[in-house]
Amino acid sequence: MKATVLVRPKDGILDPQGDAVGHSLRKLGFNVAGARVGRIIDLEVDIADANAARAEIERMCGELLANPLIESFEIRLGDA
Amino acid sequence: MSDRPLVAVVVFPGSNDDRDAAWALGSVGAEPTFVWHEETSLPGGTGAVVLPGGFSYGDYLRTGAIASVAPVMSAVREFASVGGPVLGICNGFQVLCEARLLPGVLRPNRQLEFVCADASLLVEVADSLFLRRCTIGQELVIPVKHGEGAWYADEGTFVQLAARGQIVLRYTADVNGAMGNVAGVVNEAGNVMGLMPHPEHAVDPLLGSADGGLLLAALVDAAAAHRLVAA
Repeated sequence: MKATVLVRPKDGILDPQGDAVGHSLRKLGFNVAGARVGRIIDLEVDIADANAARAEIERMCGELLANPLIESFEIRLGDA
Repeated sequence: MSDRPLVAVVVFPGSNDDRDAAWALGSVGAEPTFVWHEETSLPGGTGAVVLPGGFSYGDYLRTGAIASVAPVMSAVREFASVGGPVLGICNGFQVLCEARLLPGVLRPNRQLEFVCADASLLVEVADSLFLRRCTIGQELVIPVKHGEGAWYADEGTFVQLAARGQIVLRYTADVNGAMGNVAGVVNEAGNVMGLMPHPEHAVDPLLGSADGGLLLAALVDAAAAHRLVAA
């Protein structure tokens, strides 16, 4: 099964990369109030059952893909 | 076998201060030995472990994240759990935070610029085994060189760490946006320390400062003591 993990800086966490991107967009004349930069991880897991796949990917996020101190994650199953 | 305490310097792909660390440790009385990240155990008689600076795994995912799950880290975790002294410098600090052997996390510098400069540090706690050769309030000059050195923890953790004396070194000025100007922290047991500045680059007055030698020499003292306990 294919899955996509979206990792985002948590609300309230300073995101200097996002600030720089927002600043550059405004310099280009775009009307952007803010930008946050996260990460996308496309996975292919060898699990057919959706609930089992989700549980396994949650474990991956907890152990490696996201740092819960500063990041939140969202799992989308299938071709996102 | 040498009378000098054995200090294991872990080498990850992308470590680049491993040799400087080994040289500096040798200059303050240690017998340094390199340990490759794929090893599953530390050499017999290891008295202390150093995780050096660099860019392990190209800083992929998050700085220190991939290295934190390298095979050698199980051995480092076990060594730390029995009181073995472990020092993480710069990328090593990032690895220890990602491995949750130390509280908090290192984030991109607030100014989004790599900072490379001598930093003034204030010793906050002197009874830490890493700072026994220093006094409270002593100012140390040790260089920093990092792009992701802004230490962060949630407010509750920060207050708790400060109360317990786990925040051992602070910058005297804002260097990278670190919460409370934190430069170095220890774990609750006090035997694991991480710091962003590079003591291994400050062991000779000819290079501007020998203050880093105070930290490394204290680590070597602790390595000798740990070896006696373990033997």
